[in-house]
Amino acid sequence: MFKLLLSWRYLRTRYIALASIISVTLGVATLIVVNSVMAGFSEEMHRRLHGILSDIVFESHSLGGLPDPDWHIAEIRKVVGERLVGITSTVQVPAMLSFPMRGQWITRQVNLIGVDEETYADVGDFSQYLLHPENRERLTFDLHEGGYDERLPESGWVQRRRRIAYERAYDEQLRQIESLGRTETADASADFSPPADPFGGVPRDPYGATASSERPSQVFDEAKQQHTGVILGMMVASVRHRDQDGEVRDHFLCRPGDDVNLTFPTSPPPGQAPAAQSARFTVVDLYESKMSEYDSTFAFVPLKDLQRLRGMIDPATGVRSVTALQIRLAPGSNLNEVRDQLIARFPPDQYHYRIQTWRDMQGPLLAAVQMETTILNILLFLIIAVAGFGILATFFMIVVEKTRDIGVLKALGAPSRGVMSIFLTYGCALGTAGSGVGMVLGLLFVYYINEIATGLEWVTGQEVFDPTVYYFQEIPTIVEPFTVFLVVLGSVSIAVLASVLPALRAARLHPVEALRWE
Amino acid sequence: MTHAVYDRTELSPVDPDGLSEPFYGGSAPQSLTAPAPHMAPQPALLSARRLMKSYRKGKHVIPVLRGVDFAVRQGEFVAVVGQSGSGKSTLLHLLGTLDAPDSGEICFEGNRIDNLPYQARDVLRNRYFGMIFQFYHLLPEFNTLENVLVPRMIGQSVWRYWLQRRAHGQRAGELLEMVGLSHRLKHKPRELSGGEMQRAAIARALIASPQLLLADEPTGNLDRHTGAEIMRLLRTLNREQNLTIIMVTHDSTIAGRADRTVRLVEGLVERVT
Ligand SMILES: Nc1ncnc2c1ncn2[C@@H]1O[C@H](COP(=O)(O)OP(=O)(O)OP(=O)(O)O)[C@@H](O)[C@H]1O
Ligand SMILES: [Mg+2]
Repeated sequence: MFKLLLSWRYLRTRYIALASIISVTLGVATLIVVNSVMAGFSEEMHRRLHGILSDIVFESHSLGGLPDPDWHIAEIRKVVGERLVGITSTVQVPAMLSFPMRGQWITRQVNLIGVDEETYADVGDFSQYLLHPENRERLTFDLHEGGYDERLPESGWVQRRRRIAYERAYDEQLRQIESLGRTETADASADFSPPADPFGGVPRDPYGATASSERPSQVFDEAKQQHTGVILGMMVASVRHRDQDGEVRDHFLCRPGDDVNLTFPTSPPPGQAPAAQSARFTVVDLYESKMSEYDSTFAFVPLKDLQRLRGMIDPATGVRSVTALQIRLAPGSNLNEVRDQLIARFPPDQYHYRIQTWRDMQGPLLAAVQMETTILNILLFLIIAVAGFGILATFFMIVVEKTRDIGVLKALGAPSRGVMSIFLTYGCALGTAGSGVGMVLGLLFVYYINEIATGLEWVTGQEVFDPTVYYFQEIPTIVEPFTVFLVVLGSVSIAVLASVLPALRAARLHPVEALRWE
Repeated sequence: MTHAVYDRTELSPVDPDGLSEPFYGGSAPQSLTAPAPHMAPQPALLSARRLMKSYRKGKHVIPVLRGVDFAVRQGEFVAVVGQSGSGKSTLLHLLGTLDAPDSGEICFEGNRIDNLPYQARDVLRNRYFGMIFQFYHLLPEFNTLENVLVPRMIGQSVWRYWLQRRAHGQRAGELLEMVGLSHRLKHKPRELSGGEMQRAAIARALIASPQLLLADEPTGNLDRHTGAEIMRLLRTLNREQNLTIIMVTHDSTIAGRADRTVRLVEGLVERVT
């Protein structure tokens, strides 16, 4: 009884100990904030990484791909069985994207993926990241009239018609000028100011040659027809920058409705080298997963067209080959187990396939985030351990200060155990109070983290959280109750451990010597 | 609990609270039937035989007690006097089981207590002995009433203490009333005068209705007048409640108020009266 009461009284009268516990409070708060933010980041990253990747990717090493996808799909179905939720075939090749911009050709290196409109949405969250709401509902490669995104008010057919009308007017004027037979034509075209430019000065169509080869025999009306659709990654089509006011803006190099060129290798018959194949595509939508790795490299086209253009259709049988199969499993399935079963069915020494889970494919990145979290946790726990030494020193002082009282307690019959538990209870109470307050502070901080970041930006004038870097609009956080529990438990144990030595000293005090203490 | 360890063969089980009748009170004649053989014909409540105690400082051995023989009867008020450094406090600590003698034995009610295990000695100090000190030794975090209750808090589990808190509070109030401190219940020790603190300490020593009061210079830090008041209080307790008191002092006038004086000289007892 006296133990509780005394610990309580000490707690209320020894403020010095509270000072030593503040470091525990701060440590706990920081740990909770760091863990929540890291969990938020890695969860967001997992979601985005996984978003486009299906659960398991079954890839062929060869440029020509799997010769007989239907047989493979049937075999995979046999192995995976019930767990299979979706499967789709894709063709993936490296490609060069090029499009004109203010009279210059801009090229981008892209990862060209031919996808099956019917089934591709079954294996991943791909369609969720598209800008046009109808494409999110149902994926098509048709250009929409408009309504892509508030950042892209002028796009779709609206943009396409206006651009072509402008180009035609430009051509018309140029022709008129030429027909007037002015001798100083060169100067005139330089001085000539075009009509009001609605979209940043796209010059006259500079890719006549390639375009004409693509055109079918009947007249292709650009204003009414589109080429095969292509969906470009957001960062392939735009650059993100900051204007004078510090606002983050996307500047679009090409938008839905524009035409682009794609150059990619063909799939040659045996014995021949692959050749480059070029084709024109119309941008029909943009893809924004906010994972810069994906957004800056992916370009999606319809599978059938890519197979045709690359010559992946066997002329004799009409069988279309693919380079990869994407497999979606039922939620909760053990990905590694399925992968291993597939590898056992298609052993690497017989089949040149690479079978990976999405985690395998993003392994290094995920491991890096994990590592970062671990190291931060260790460092922060060291801070709490340092706080533990502070508690130790403070408690020793309190024990020395209270030597006579300890002697009195023992003279009145208090057992050593009881004296010891006074200080253990005291340490435990301080640790609980410190980490409790730290927990509340940390949770509040996490809850208001975006407001706090804004406040810090306002105070320091420095951007704390830069959306151009992270591609998140807000700092993502996830509070895991178990982690919070572990952190609090850990710091309370550190406080208790730190009070063990002083408590032992108090328990060992000889009553007579303690009573004689001045 | 630990207090069961201090159990006497002739009387068991021991009342776990020590709250009812002191199990070996002066009014219980049957407990006096088996005196230790070495004692004087009149039975002794507490006796010491050939007590030796020395302190070791490095290679030096400082002999303080060199064979003290000492006994106190039930209801006696004994003063222990001697020069400063003669070992009076040391003797009192040994009698109160706060320290263990190098050799010799101490008996309480005919049972050896100097070699009891720690837990039993804790119970003994908590229930059967009361102690007061020159410097009062009240706990500064507690008020007067709580200080008086400390032995009860120590001796009982939280649960039992909580159940009996009213009875305890009432008893503490009565004791404080008796020592004349009922108007200072909520004061912290630092808000009390020396005499008031000593009276609170006496009330604390009495809360468990002990058999024996051990006082180490209870008036040593007080002026003559206050000291006399404390002495009057002790005398009254001795007379009215038949409380056995062993008091250490170096003031011969104070010692003169006791029934009997024992003088310590060079680590040995020199009987005076
Ligand atoms: N821990 C110790 N180590 C060494 N010597 C000690 C120790 N405690 C006490 N002594 C010595 O033992 C002797 C007796 O001490 P004690 O306190 O019993 O004397 P006292 O008779 O109570 O004196 P006073 O009247 O001044 O209180 C003293 O000489 C003292 O120096
Ligand atoms: Mg002394």
